[in-house]
Amino acid sequence: MQRLRPLLPLVAIGGLASLPFAFAADTTRFWQGVFIQIFILAIYALSYDLLMGYTGMISFGHALFFGAGGYTAAILLRQAEPPSMLIVIAAVIVVGATIGAAVGALSLRVSGVYFSMITLALAEIAFILFKADDPKLKPITGGEIGLQGIVVPAAIDATTYRLRFYFLTLACMVGLYYAARRLINSPTGRVFVAIRENEPRATALGYNTLHFKLLATAISSTIAALAGMLMVLYEKSASFEMLSVNLTIQALLMTIIGGIGTLIGPMLGAATIRLLDHGLKGEFMQALLPAWLRPDLVFGIVYVVLVLFFPAGLMGAIRKLRGKTSRSSVERLRQAMKPKAES
Amino acid sequence: MPNVLLKTEHLSRSFGGLQAVRDVSIAVEEGSFHSVIGPNGAGKTTFFNMISGAIKPSSGKVFFAGNEITGLPLHRMIHLGIGRAYQITSLFPSLSVAENVRLAAQARGRDTFKFWQHSDRFERYHERAQAALKLVGLRGVEQVLASALPHGDKRKLELALLLASEPRLLLLDEPTAGMAANQVPELIEIIQQLRQSGQHTIILVEHRMDVVMSISDQITVMHGGSVLAEGTPQAIAADPRVQQAYLGELYDDVLTQPHEVAHDTNS
Repeated sequence: MQRLRPLLPLVAIGGLASLPFAFAADTTRFWQGVFIQIFILAIYALSYDLLMGYTGMISFGHALFFGAGGYTAAILLRQAEPPSMLIVIAAVIVVGATIGAAVGALSLRVSGVYFSMITLALAEIAFILFKADDPKLKPITGGEIGLQGIVVPAAIDATTYRLRFYFLTLACMVGLYYAARRLINSPTGRVFVAIRENEPRATALGYNTLHFKLLATAISSTIAALAGMLMVLYEKSASFEMLSVNLTIQALLMTIIGGIGTLIGPMLGAATIRLLDHGLKGEFMQALLPAWLRPDLVFGIVYVVLVLFFPAGLMGAIRKLRGKTSRSSVERLRQAMKPKAES
Repeated sequence: MPNVLLKTEHLSRSFGGLQAVRDVSIAVEEGSFHSVIGPNGAGKTTFFNMISGAIKPSSGKVFFAGNEITGLPLHRMIHLGIGRAYQITSLFPSLSVAENVRLAAQARGRDTFKFWQHSDRFERYHERAQAALKLVGLRGVEQVLASALPHGDKRKLELALLLASEPRLLLLDEPTAGMAANQVPELIEIIQQLRQSGQHTIILVEHRMDVVMSISDQITVMHGGSVLAEGTPQAIAADPRVQQAYLGELYDDVLTQPHEVAHDTNS
């Protein structure tokens, strides 16, 4: 078993790559769509875990980064003569990194729960601005209607080439996962972890922790922005919902359900939430469940049960099977929320 | 005449109305072992916090190797060559012993922003970490989590973190604090070895007189925030004011004023 472990990623990638061919012809298109969304949310959850699980910062404004990427792509692609996709990607990366650094610069003077509150406020400002029916803003943001009818370059159009788009998002997810993994194992990533563990000590060792926290925020934000861009390419629309607190909470839930600080866990969490959502809202469960038992209510119960029985998330449960211990989510959240003493 | 490595000039610090440190001027020669002693509440740790950059002085100046370093941010200090071990153990609890020390070694290098390479590829930090662990006698527990170490070993790890940073000046803040009595000699032995290696200048803060007498070149005795006496161990031992501070009325005075004890902790 131990010797087979290095093969696990290959098996997983192979499995996901052959998945579209496993479904019956009449449902495969639907399931491809579900998994495209899972892959995109997995990238988004991954970006959240970099910040929360590895650097120990809980952002309550992560939707801002996701939405920033989405709206950047949407606005560019709606131009009369849209720029090439490479330029769109470059713009999303630049906007993602800039917004991440800006949010970091505004909020990183404080830590713990104060950081969370400031990120929440900043994301809410963006949410309100993009939802506003203001005559000056609406031509750009689309207001409550959002930006509809986005023309995606024909070669990656998810309507005509659904399978191709499936592989594109799968490749993005795998690539970004490995990039994140590499970052975490690098000297830079080790300092992120040191900051999570004991920030004052990291400072005393000679690390300017503010720089590292800014970097972590910018990287996390960039990855979230790329996820937002993929979502817009898939949905062919951008809406203010992308900036909502609800989406931030999704990131938080996916990370907690999967296992904080494991990278792969939050990705599993994304799959769990998305599939659960489909299962609960599907015809089968709707027929089975009494009308008063709303899907959201069931999900809430499932979530509570998961946290109770898997206090360190799905990955924590897997580690436990292999005889390893993990800190519980509650413990990690408490640590991350605690404001560091300012000296 | 040897160089003065660290010098303070009229260093003072008050917290609100409380004058924790008052007009302290000391000069520490390169390669020497200088102890700062005094009863609890004498202002030793506050004085240390000002040298190490953890807090800024209300007035006065600090010079290191001839340059003024007053008020520089904490993270700059180690790069100048000033390292500090903490009275209250401060580690990275859920990282391994080896990784704790490796992070300290890495901080001094120039590879920290190489985010595309694996941290294991930088052998030199690993080696420096191993050397530091060997110096403090912590071998065979490299893969143990720092939080799982017994208290005495945590104190040693604290020291290893400091040594892996390769500072010119070591600030040791009560390194034996909270250790079981039978473990103290071992740690003193390690500190002795550091002194004999001749590579470091060491400033040691202690409230126990017996620890510092045998290993110090110079001793500064603090009391009530000010310097009470300064000199060689022999001179200090013979000084009637010191005897009084430690054994007589002054010490009693401190014992009956618990509020003075309160500010002698890490901020």
